[in-house]
Amino acid sequence: MIEYYVKAASSFAPDIDFVFTLIFGLVGFWFVLSELVFFYFIIRFRKKDGRPAQYITGEEKHQKRWITYPHLMVLVCDVFIVVAAVQVWYKVKQDIPPAEQTVRVIGQQWAWSFVHPGADGKLDTPDDIYTVDEVHLQKGVLYHFKLESRDVLHSFSVPNFRLKQDAIPGRVITGWFRPTETGRFDLQCAEICGIGHGLMGAEIYVDTPAEHAAWVAAHSTRSVAVAKPAGE
Amino acid sequence: MATHPIEVHGAHEAHGHHEEVGFVKKYLWSTDHKMIAMQYLFTGMAMGLIAAFFSYVFRMQMAWPGAHVPFWGIVTPNQYNSLITNHGAIMIFWVAMPVLIAAFGNFLIPLMLGADDMVFPKINRLSYQVFLLSAIVLISSFFVEGGAFGGAWTSYPPLSAKAQYSLTPLGSTLWLVAVALEFVAFLLGGINFVTTAMNSRAPGMKMYDIPMVVWMIVIASILFMASVGPLIAGAVMLFMDQQVGTAFFDPDRGGDPILWQHLFWFFGHPEVYVVLLPAIGIVAEIITVFSRKKLFAYKTILYTAFATGVLSFTVWAHHQFVAGIDPRMANVFTVTTLLISVPIAEMLFVYIATLYGGSITLATPMLWALSFIATFLIGGVTGIFLGASGGDIYLHDTYFVLAHFHYTFFPIAIIGTFAGFTFWFPKMFGKQMNDTLGKIHFWLTIIPFNGVFIPLFITGMWGDHRRIFDHTNFPELNQPGLIFLRQFSTVSLVAMLLAQPIFFYNAITSLLWGKKAEKNPWKSNTLEWTADSPPPHGNWKDLPAVYRGPYEYSTPGRSEDYWPQSVPN
Repeated sequence: MIEYYVKAASSFAPDIDFVFTLIFGLVGFWFVLSELVFFYFIIRFRKKDGRPAQYITGEEKHQKRWITYPHLMVLVCDVFIVVAAVQVWYKVKQDIPPAEQTVRVIGQQWAWSFVHPGADGKLDTPDDIYTVDEVHLQKGVLYHFKLESRDVLHSFSVPNFRLKQDAIPGRVITGWFRPTETGRFDLQCAEICGIGHGLMGAEIYVDTPAEHAAWVAAHSTRSVAVAKPAGE
Repeated sequence: MATHPIEVHGAHEAHGHHEEVGFVKKYLWSTDHKMIAMQYLFTGMAMGLIAAFFSYVFRMQMAWPGAHVPFWGIVTPNQYNSLITNHGAIMIFWVAMPVLIAAFGNFLIPLMLGADDMVFPKINRLSYQVFLLSAIVLISSFFVEGGAFGGAWTSYPPLSAKAQYSLTPLGSTLWLVAVALEFVAFLLGGINFVTTAMNSRAPGMKMYDIPMVVWMIVIASILFMASVGPLIAGAVMLFMDQQVGTAFFDPDRGGDPILWQHLFWFFGHPEVYVVLLPAIGIVAEIITVFSRKKLFAYKTILYTAFATGVLSFTVWAHHQFVAGIDPRMANVFTVTTLLISVPIAEMLFVYIATLYGGSITLATPMLWALSFIATFLIGGVTGIFLGASGGDIYLHDTYFVLAHFHYTFFPIAIIGTFAGFTFWFPKMFGKQMNDTLGKIHFWLTIIPFNGVFIPLFITGMWGDHRRIFDHTNFPELNQPGLIFLRQFSTVSLVAMLLAQPIFFYNAITSLLWGKKAEKNPWKSNTLEWTADSPPPHGNWKDLPAVYRGPYEYSTPGRSEDYWPQSVPN
């Protein structure tokens, strides 16, 4: 259902969409059923002369089961939801597959900085590419991100990737994603971070391998020229 | 228990000669539980108007970014942050809690238990005075240099801890002090509620004869008192970080900002049930009276309320799934969070079952109570999406979250208040409210309410984030569909706010010129309806005794369809 509104552009996005749809189906069933019974009772048992209300304590077994059975069925639905949710959670947040590339993401009031590996494909080498408020990725590559914050809490949120992770000053948080679609996507800070919070976005460009290689080649050298005198 | 003596306590001495008291003593320095209830009620409503106005201002900014907002002007980013922060804080701490717990608790507990006052009337008075002080401190934070705090009602450090980040050096501290004072007020009140309910019941009133709303307020008070300790400690630490220069939450000097989140949500999640339970109790009283039915499975509701209360202490980290906690923890909290849906679902099932076989009259209070069930269901089921860790990765901090908790808090704080207010108005003020105006106000509130928040579920699914001052900065959030939904929501909000004068007109004209209310206009069973309307200081000349449970409606073999608790046979 989310797919209808926001295009899925990472490998695990369909899993998260599935959890949403599953929950929608299960709780939707209970919701519609409860509301139907509820409104039916209101209409059916409107006050009528000559029809007094019934005396039902609800404490007898045969009465209580009208509550107990639905409540056990709700529990069964909960089990399904927990299993699905935990599986997806495990895949996205716990079981981090080995990286093919790593980018560093740094949040600060109110901008995102990124460090990309240069042509050598490794971080923390002289040809790293530094950018502000835009990050360039290659379709199909499994990225690790190293998320940091320089001041307050921020949150690295990419709706198309179905990815969200808070950045915490003093920690480096590692996560992963694999872009599956090319294009331009929004990165939004999703944790209030001061008066500029509403401005703190960045652009994510996912390119084909050839386009990405060209971008790296064009920027790697320039970045070396700029970064070296700055004392890196 | 059956021969429980009537408590004779300090209340008698404290208000011995109540015939000739002056204005100050009567209205400002009163120890009468009903007067304190009115003070809480009116303070809460006044704060509610302020917070409602805030919501109007920031919703206008969201629908038409940068436009001039009538009665406010251009909304700046820091104003916007202050408005959303204080809208949330006020609605929870200065509206839902004072009205649902303090106002209804103070008014109903002694009257429903057949007591002449609270056990500790002076503590009760102190509680309101501290509460009033907290409200004044909060409002004053808008007028200091730098303006009011704007770091969201959750007040996460380091943003809230350091002035160079928040840019509100005084506002954030005043906000924190106001919240801490409010907690003190409710600790004082909570002690009173629990003690009174345990010790001051009418002779013959056993545990299972206590009306549900009293139980719910007592359980809520216990939950509050048990959960607030860590947050008060946290508030002291945050205050020290702000003003003394300690580093409890400062990662540069060995502190940990996540610690605050645990302290906050360890309180913050039980707090949901602290305000939910009284509203659930109010609904129980109203649906039984207006369907002339015994409450279905009284004990089951009571036990589920206790179960909810206990479970509510084990779910807090579902607010922090993506906040940087150990990801393995999310699995535990997903399980507990989904478990808590079971008792809550059960409560709603029980209420629906209570309607079965009834003789339902759709008077104004009943409309409110029924709408509570219908809308709270939406709030309940949408919580599952967020409690499930896998789904929360996407939905966390989107408008889906916002719509979800407004579908819980609006039924609780607004619908619950209107339900209780219209139901007990005759007892509070001795006058009947106009039922036609009441129904008009009901429909003109409930329809726009759904118009405000249903679109926000969709914008949330669309990826729309909370607390963003100007969506035009994000191309994906600036699509025509999203803009339309935001505007629809804002227009609905304005429509809902415009309907509220009907309520105040109805309340004021009924108060002045309304039909005089009888003692028991709704033919209800509980003890408060045996006192005069409004009850005098001390409530009864002779305190009532109790012979049966509170929900003996339509008992077979009786000519009347109700059987008051105080009637011997």
